[in-house]
Amino acid sequence: MAERLKATREMKKIMQRYYFEAKNARFIGKKVAWITSGGPVEPLIAMNIIPVYPENHGAMIGASKKGGKLSEFAEGLGYSQDVCSYAKNDITSSITKESPIKGGLPKPDMLICSNNICGTVLKWYEIQARKYNVPLFIYDTPFVHTEFTEEARDYVNEQTKEYVKFLEKVTGKKFNYRRMKKVGRLSIEAMRMWKRVLETAEHHPSPMTAFDAFFHLALIVTLRGKKVVVKYYKTLLKELQERSKENVGAVDEEKYRLLWDNLPIWYRMRWLSQKFASHQAALVADTYTQAWCGVIDYIDEEDFLGTMGEAYTRIHLNVGVDQMAETIKGFIQQYKADGIVMHSNMSCKPYSFGQYDIQHLIRETGIPVLMIEADMTDERKFSQSQIETRIDAFMEVIKQRKQHDYTGN
Amino acid sequence: MKENKALRRFREVAAAPYDYLRNLKTVTGKEMIGSTCSYTPEELIIAAGAHPFRIFGESKGLSHADAHLQAYGCSMVRGMLEDGLSGSLDFIDGVVFSHACDSIQRLSDIWRLNVKSLHFDVLLPVKLDTPLAKSYFTKVIGRFKKDLEKSFSIEISESEMKKAIHVMNELRNNLIRLYTLQSQYPGFISGSDISAIVKASMVMEKQEAVDLLTHILDEAGEIKLADMPSNPKRILISGSICSHPDISRIIEGKNAVVVWDDLCSGTRYFEGLVPDDKEPLEAIASRFTSRYVCPAKHLGVEFQMENLKKLITQHKVDAVLFMFLKFCEPFSFDYPDIKKALEKMKIPFLMVEMDRHNGVDEQMRTRIDTMLEIL
Ligand code: SF4
Ligand code: SF4
Repeated sequence: MAERLKATREMKKIMQRYYFEAKNARFIGKKVAWITSGGPVEPLIAMNIIPVYPENHGAMIGASKKGGKLSEFAEGLGYSQDVCSYAKNDITSSITKESPIKGGLPKPDMLICSNNICGTVLKWYEIQARKYNVPLFIYDTPFVHTEFTEEARDYVNEQTKEYVKFLEKVTGKKFNYRRMKKVGRLSIEAMRMWKRVLETAEHHPSPMTAFDAFFHLALIVTLRGKKVVVKYYKTLLKELQERSKENVGAVDEEKYRLLWDNLPIWYRMRWLSQKFASHQAALVADTYTQAWCGVIDYIDEEDFLGTMGEAYTRIHLNVGVDQMAETIKGFIQQYKADGIVMHSNMSCKPYSFGQYDIQHLIRETGIPVLMIEADMTDERKFSQSQIETRIDAFMEVIKQRKQHDYTGN
Repeated sequence: MKENKALRRFREVAAAPYDYLRNLKTVTGKEMIGSTCSYTPEELIIAAGAHPFRIFGESKGLSHADAHLQAYGCSMVRGMLEDGLSGSLDFIDGVVFSHACDSIQRLSDIWRLNVKSLHFDVLLPVKLDTPLAKSYFTKVIGRFKKDLEKSFSIEISESEMKKAIHVMNELRNNLIRLYTLQSQYPGFISGSDISAIVKASMVMEKQEAVDLLTHILDEAGEIKLADMPSNPKRILISGSICSHPDISRIIEGKNAVVVWDDLCSGTRYFEGLVPDDKEPLEAIASRFTSRYVCPAKHLGVEFQMENLKKLITQHKVDAVLFMFLKFCEPFSFDYPDIKKALEKMKIPFLMVEMDRHNGVDEQMRTRIDTMLEIL
């Protein structure tokens, strides 16, 4: 297997610095906003507010294999066994302070919630707004089943203005439109760089896998709008391009190329990556990390604030199932995929419901689909032996199909 | 309450709602428009000359739905899809999907891709507490009106809308009167009859429901206090859907009565009137943004708790029974904080999770019994 990407080290440092600053915000006179992963972060950066992402924290908890334990604690408080484990991890950690980050997340001064990813975050942020007794801003993005309506456009654009006013009110400062312009540009540039990073996987063998993407995603989620993100992805891109030039693949002797759908299974990343690698299969792309660059075209660089409403409304999770299927079809072509692995994620209904219909809609591509049922951070919902058997069987099918292709039978 | 014809009719319709609708369609020739959520502007459907009704998920099995929705979907959503796919809704002309929870949102997509009928997405806002959201709400309702007009090649006149508002308000008034009577004279009518009345009201031609209810309310004038339970415990049920006759039976078996509810299959359907002195679209929107909101919508961070507290005092509630459908996010997320508030108020409560396709099991029955016994 290829060596670990060198850039990784730098990335860890950046994240450490970021959490250090966030934890000490009070001492440097900055405010902290908790924000949902699909939320409009750029205005916060422009106002020098430190954004903190409970979902990213939830992922960290999952990766440290504590998700089951933290969920269980929340269930003891009366939260259902069957709801999003990110929310439960966060609710628990904000009480017990148990966290991979010492002492847990810094307290919020405000909460910014956009329902473009789900309605769950609305409930979750209401809970935290009661707990911390801080102002909550909801950036409400009407669902785009088939059409982004005129009134929806007005509604989100007007909310952008309300958002600015909200930030002025909680910070007591005038909104910095000049800085916003810069931040907007940097954000777009970061998305473009991220896109190019992901596109390096078009190369055979792919210099990276979706597991690398899951890891490197943290920056575009948490810090887009900051220079450091662009700089970091440039370095990463260079490293990946060099790998490609030398035909170094992330997976030894890559033979099969797969797509991943839905959130990662954070507590089994290594196991899964080794499992697929043992079949000479590389997960070359995924729908999840692509979401952070899928809407660049809707944003006007010259008018970020005026156009971000549409971009934030049209993200992958806020559109109809048929459109999601189209996106996946596009990836199949682009990355020359031989199969798809769908994570049916018990935590995330908006991402998972519709997966069967997506399978149906992409059947014309003829490529096999494997569905594995699990949860992104709750390891209690992962049945390893069963999943292992299914992956092995699935890979068998892929191998046979490929052989057929080669022999022309 | 005395057995009477009106009551029998409600029970009949509630027991076989789709038979009623199939027949109604044959008799009136009206388009049948189903809905999946109480945020449906039924007034507009009526004004368009069509007939609105609620899809309940009546099917017993889930063999068709299982091919489209994972088992961790709530039984409401899976049941509705089963109705759509299995052909038990063979009489429908269209379905309205109002933005509610994540599961209903995906249900809309899956439905659109698999069931042939008119499809209306009503893209409501989730927050209802800002002037901007309210004005957007009105525009969404306006779009729904246009969509109906286009689909049926008609024009919906203001006077038709006003007529529809009037009949819906009458129905709501009657249902509120029925509930208020039950709160005043607990047990004058059985809980399962009340459920049947509300359920049938979501299905029937509205004028028919109004007339039948008026009849029942008139007869109720002669309530015989002697025939009623003496000093029953006063229960409030809160949750999404609960129309399980067994539940009422268990409760009433322990000298307790459900005096009020906060349910999608209860007050959330009819609470609040549409003001009749406003422009119709705005008036319809204004009811939705001020009545009891459902947990999938936002009206401040304290609404659900405050509303429940208000109901508890207003109806002198002795205990609260939460009935949640398994896998439902919006309702279950509110529960722990509400639980804390009730503990503080020293109001006894019990939460049970259920599945529409499984009846009340022994364990659930015992838990409910136990709570009622210690009151
Ligand atoms: S995992 Fe799904 S349900 Fe949970 S916060 Fe993310 S988008 Fe929402
Ligand atoms: S019960 Fe809950 S999850 Fe099911 S449709 Fe109602 S709100 Fe949605």
